[in-house]
Amino acid sequence: MATGQSQVAVQYDYDIVKKFAVMSLVWAVVGMAVGVYIASQLAWPFLNFDIPYITFGRFRPVHTSAVIFGFGGSALFATSYYVVQRTCQTRLWAPGLATFTFWGWQAVIVLAALSYMLGYSQGREYAEMEWPIDLLILFVWVAYLAVFLGTLMNRRQPHIYVANWFYLAFILATALLHVFNNLAVPVGLFSMKSYSLFAGAQDAMTQWWYGHNAVGFFLTAAFLGMMYYFVPKQAGRPIYSYRLSIVHFWALSFMYMWVGTHHLHWTAIPDWTSTLGATFSIMLLLPSWGGMINGIMTLSGAWDKLRTDPIMRFMIVALSFYGMSTFEGPLMSLKDVNALSHYTDWTVGHVHSGALGWVAMISFGSLYHMIPRLWNTQLYSERLVNVHFWLATIGVLLYITAMWISGISQGLMWRAFDEYGNLQYSFVESVAAMHPFYVMRAIGGAFFLTGMLVMAYNCFMTIRQGVRSARLVPAQTVAAA
Amino acid sequence: MMFKFKHEALETNTGLLLVATMMAISIGGLVEIAPLFLIEDTTEKVEGVRPYTPLEQMGRDIYIREGCYTCHSQMVRPFRDEQLRYGHYSLAVESKYDHPFQWGSKRTGPDLARLGGKYSNEWHVQHLIAPRSVVPESVMPNYPWLMENRLDYADIGQRMRALRAVGVPYSINEEEYARNVKDFGPEMAAQLHIPNARESLLAQVRAGNYDGDPSFVSEMDALVAYLQVLGTMVDFSKIKPETLVKFR
Repeated sequence: MATGQSQVAVQYDYDIVKKFAVMSLVWAVVGMAVGVYIASQLAWPFLNFDIPYITFGRFRPVHTSAVIFGFGGSALFATSYYVVQRTCQTRLWAPGLATFTFWGWQAVIVLAALSYMLGYSQGREYAEMEWPIDLLILFVWVAYLAVFLGTLMNRRQPHIYVANWFYLAFILATALLHVFNNLAVPVGLFSMKSYSLFAGAQDAMTQWWYGHNAVGFFLTAAFLGMMYYFVPKQAGRPIYSYRLSIVHFWALSFMYMWVGTHHLHWTAIPDWTSTLGATFSIMLLLPSWGGMINGIMTLSGAWDKLRTDPIMRFMIVALSFYGMSTFEGPLMSLKDVNALSHYTDWTVGHVHSGALGWVAMISFGSLYHMIPRLWNTQLYSERLVNVHFWLATIGVLLYITAMWISGISQGLMWRAFDEYGNLQYSFVESVAAMHPFYVMRAIGGAFFLTGMLVMAYNCFMTIRQGVRSARLVPAQTVAAA
Repeated sequence: MMFKFKHEALETNTGLLLVATMMAISIGGLVEIAPLFLIEDTTEKVEGVRPYTPLEQMGRDIYIREGCYTCHSQMVRPFRDEQLRYGHYSLAVESKYDHPFQWGSKRTGPDLARLGGKYSNEWHVQHLIAPRSVVPESVMPNYPWLMENRLDYADIGQRMRALRAVGVPYSINEEEYARNVKDFGPEMAAQLHIPNARESLLAQVRAGNYDGDPSFVSEMDALVAYLQVLGTMVDFSKIKPETLVKFR
């Protein structure tokens, strides 16, 4: 790692990192709570309460936006600003612009959630924000890119550390996807409503090019960037293989952009596009596992940390879930498997094994590592980290097991024929059969949310402790230390 | 290789890293998506497919507002079970005027691509107000406000203009009107004419009487009008399967 002692001690710009870190915890609690609520609505529909603003259809994008863009996005802003400063040994370029990205991004999440509840939606998954919010995202993102690039160019190290390659690819790809996927014509200058520039099959292709690469770059590449800094740091060892990180970075960046069409198998798009998407999905297993192996093997020689360090355990379990869901993904992109799995809860389970198992857990590990350092203190309680770890792990396992069973049952029930060649089940029989698994999923989600609340409490106490000791100790002694 | 390439060149130069990353992430999209806009075979030419009437389009906008796509797909796949359960598999051309597409990704409820004409208006109204009163095991939310809310169609002309700007053949002048008469017949062309939008919307509400209350233009009128047209535009008794195969 590029962490040689620089001649001049650099005062890093931690204020912006702190803000994003705190908001990432806030959005995690909010987003996961909404998630548990909508999961419960599917088990007990009376929970919709005939209130338009919280019916499942309007509330579901509130959940996805709050967890992906609110929690995940804020965690990425926080860690990328932290990592880029420390690995380049320089302060953030244009701190004013960085502050704008903070307020702008928080405004995006709040406006998005409110607008969905009021019924403004583009009707395309993970891109539901209407055009004024899309424009705000664009401004924030350009500022983010500028701050990140500016900081990279001011670096005091000749090399750009690998974590920054991943963050950079994530920023670039997200800009590209966001701009092209949200091209739309507004109904009027003062109307929130707009219509997508594309229609039908072309719209579907564009949307899933966006949708899958939001997973590929927002939820994968960026979190790999996080992994490449925090796993070696927490383990106190260099990354396992430098060569592997080069190969899997370029392979991942190149291949991810091809695979979106596996969301459209057997639909009305040209067959060659979905075959191509499936082919690249299978090849993508290699670079994905390259990242997992590089992360896990970093711990070789220090495996005892898995027993003694709960933060390390979060990171390694995150990498294991990453490996598992990037194996499951290519499997589900095979046309014959997809014929069964598509439209079912299996997809939902797959997304959550990635989102809860990988994205959330690697973020938890990184935040537990970073927050005490930001406030120059110790973690309030390691025992609570351990409690969080088990609540989260049990939660994910309950969730994905429920969705595997319900997803595969749905797929099999829909295609079952009786001895006369008629359909064996009506659709609603499959709905009724899902009830126990929807309950189980909601319980799994509740476990995960409880763990999140434990984390929020632990981090709150840590920060309070840090703020108090900073007040007690005169400023000069801190500087001397 | 002619020259000796070292990865170090990329690691030590922000600009090079930026350009190389941009290239790596651009190729996939260009190869897969760009052709769909350039080749004509992406959507078949099939008779019957037309833009939505003003009332149906308002209904579609409500469908999007309520997030129906989070639980219902509109894309029947070419499998025997789906053929039996829903009907003929969906053609690309059937969503030709869908801005945005609503194919969906999840069937918590059944596919709706061929819903039109399967149930009566009364059934839809009752089902939307209280789904469990007609399907006891359903987990769908109740939508009672659709019946109570007056349909706000003040900006229907603007909506159609925006859709026209993205390529839907709504007409705004005599020339376009004449083209629509030729393409969709005189009755439909009148409904697709933007200057007539409000009158045609009200006329369809009166003629269709979707929500059972002709005196009140509700959101229910619009949504049911939309649900009843889903998947009905193409007459599959007139199409030979061979003509469709080449598009697959």
